[in-house]
Amino acid sequence: MKFKLTFWKVIFLVIMALGLYSTFIRYFYGLGAVSNMTDQFPWGLWIGFDCLCGVMLAAGGFCIVGAVYLFNVERLHSVVRPAVLTAFLGYLLFIVGLLFDLGRPWYIWHQLIYMNPHSVMFEVGMCVMAYTTVLFFEFLPNVFERFNLQAPIKWIKKIYPVLIIGGILLSTLHQSSLGSLYLIMPSKLHPFWYTPALPFLFFGSAIAVGLAMTIFESTQSAKAFGRHLELPVLVELGGALLVALWVNALLRFEDYFHRGLLGEIIKPSYEAYFLWLELALAFVIPITMLSFKKVRLSPGGLYLASVFTVLGFITNRLNIALIGFETYVGHHYLPKWTEFSVTLMIIAMGFALFGLAVKYLPIFPEERHAVIQRLRTETGPVVATPVLGHAGD
Amino acid sequence: MSKALLYDATMCIGCKQCEGACAQQNKLPYDDKVAAESVQSAHKYTVVLTKDDKFMRRLCMHCEHPACASVCPVGAFHKTKEGPVVYDVWKCIGCRYCMVACAFAQPKYEWQSLNPRVRKCIMCPDRVVAGKQTACAEICPTGATKFGERDDLIKEAQDRIRQSPSTYLPRIYGLNEVGGTSVFIISNVKAEEYGYPASAKIGDTPMPEYTGRVMERIPDFIPVWTLVLGGIYWVSHRREEVAAAEADEKNGGAR
Repeated sequence: MKFKLTFWKVIFLVIMALGLYSTFIRYFYGLGAVSNMTDQFPWGLWIGFDCLCGVMLAAGGFCIVGAVYLFNVERLHSVVRPAVLTAFLGYLLFIVGLLFDLGRPWYIWHQLIYMNPHSVMFEVGMCVMAYTTVLFFEFLPNVFERFNLQAPIKWIKKIYPVLIIGGILLSTLHQSSLGSLYLIMPSKLHPFWYTPALPFLFFGSAIAVGLAMTIFESTQSAKAFGRHLELPVLVELGGALLVALWVNALLRFEDYFHRGLLGEIIKPSYEAYFLWLELALAFVIPITMLSFKKVRLSPGGLYLASVFTVLGFITNRLNIALIGFETYVGHHYLPKWTEFSVTLMIIAMGFALFGLAVKYLPIFPEERHAVIQRLRTETGPVVATPVLGHAGD
Repeated sequence: MSKALLYDATMCIGCKQCEGACAQQNKLPYDDKVAAESVQSAHKYTVVLTKDDKFMRRLCMHCEHPACASVCPVGAFHKTKEGPVVYDVWKCIGCRYCMVACAFAQPKYEWQSLNPRVRKCIMCPDRVVAGKQTACAEICPTGATKFGERDDLIKEAQDRIRQSPSTYLPRIYGLNEVGGTSVFIISNVKAEEYGYPASAKIGDTPMPEYTGRVMERIPDFIPVWTLVLGGIYWVSHRREEVAAAEADEKNGGAR
């Protein structure tokens, strides 16, 4: 146990060191030095992964909040906080990623004063900004509870309906609009991925991945923090994931059917290989797995199925952002190692911040007591013991 | 009235003086090395391409409905009433959506710069507003690049093709592509052979319509979706309240 912890810490430090080196290159030598992006490939890994995938991976927040507060699925209550935390961190890191990718990040605030309402990017930007604020307020109760501040919790509870409805509205808008970004490139994006249905597909995949990520992070944090795993919750999520995957698969099939591409996609070609990979990971494997009751009832099976789903939809979005443009451009784009290292650093930051939050904040409700107990006994960081004295009650 | 450029490839002698004039106008370096470069870049807004003994010029098409202007989140691009599509570097945040969206792949980037700008032909807007020709049209020794009123140039292009149908392919590239542009090309070799996107591929639909179809629904979508979500919230919580009230009643009755 102790060795494992050290091992991961070393990995983390290596990733952070390389990431910081790349950050230095990015801001002191420019985008050309740090990336393999060119005039032909102006959007690379950072848009493909950090932005498109990042926002998708953070979709669990609005999915679970919607299920619990909109549809009263009480059984999922225990995963609301981790899902909101993941979403909040996800959006913060999305913004960090954007600061790397934007050529002139110091003018990012221009978005607020020079608005172009015709631009999909403008809409995405405004929604992300607003939704990150909503997530901040949805996350705040964790902090207030930690310091036993009852009054502000009450204030937030009062505006909770607004936060919930606003959050889901904003998520619907920008999750789908990320797909709309590509609608203006009919002559560039490969027909396997260019479709007028892109906004619907992006929204659908966000829901599937939101559910899968919730299973993933619950299992992962149970392992990492020795928590008790709430199997009924995971089973519930697994069932919902299976439905979401079928809906997504059906949408994809309908799309290819209506555009008469069913014959094309089964013919071997460069794009077809990547499409097959994506379809296998996102649909064939997890749907097959989850169709077995035995898998749907086992934590390991659910975990694996959710990992496949997440990898599958990441492949899907990278195909859209990168592979789908290669034929048009006429050559391949392979990210430079410094691009990978920035992305890895951002992912590592996500894991680390999630770990810290779980350790010091009452993210998992049934653990609230344990957290406070631990803080009492540990001679850890500056702990506000007088406040915590009441917090355990 | 809207101005435009007509490029007649059959009249071009490949002297590249337009390249040089463009560089001078935009204060870009120009020497033999740059002249030898056959790709457009942040320091080369226009290029004369050679294939066998035929020439073709590439430059920003100055679309009637420019994709770059419609996608820019901060509105750094706009189509002026005189015709040029211009760029305001101060507004730009560097998202490069214009580069991905442009069907003609015209915006280029200063990848090596620490405060990079998007670069492309801006059709000498200062000169145009002052009633002068663009630098490239002014210097062209053969009149292959001609500056003028958009409508007049369309007529002239049509006349030239009508008068010598054996010299020209029977089409004006830029007339209908992506809803029409302000740069027209007539030639005896297909423009596509020099890297221009195929007319059939980019179509006649103005690019902003592809995203506009979705964007125009948003003002309606927001209130409707808010009402739906609010309705669901109200129903599911109302049910809870009723259940709680009923439970209270039962308890009260038992007491």
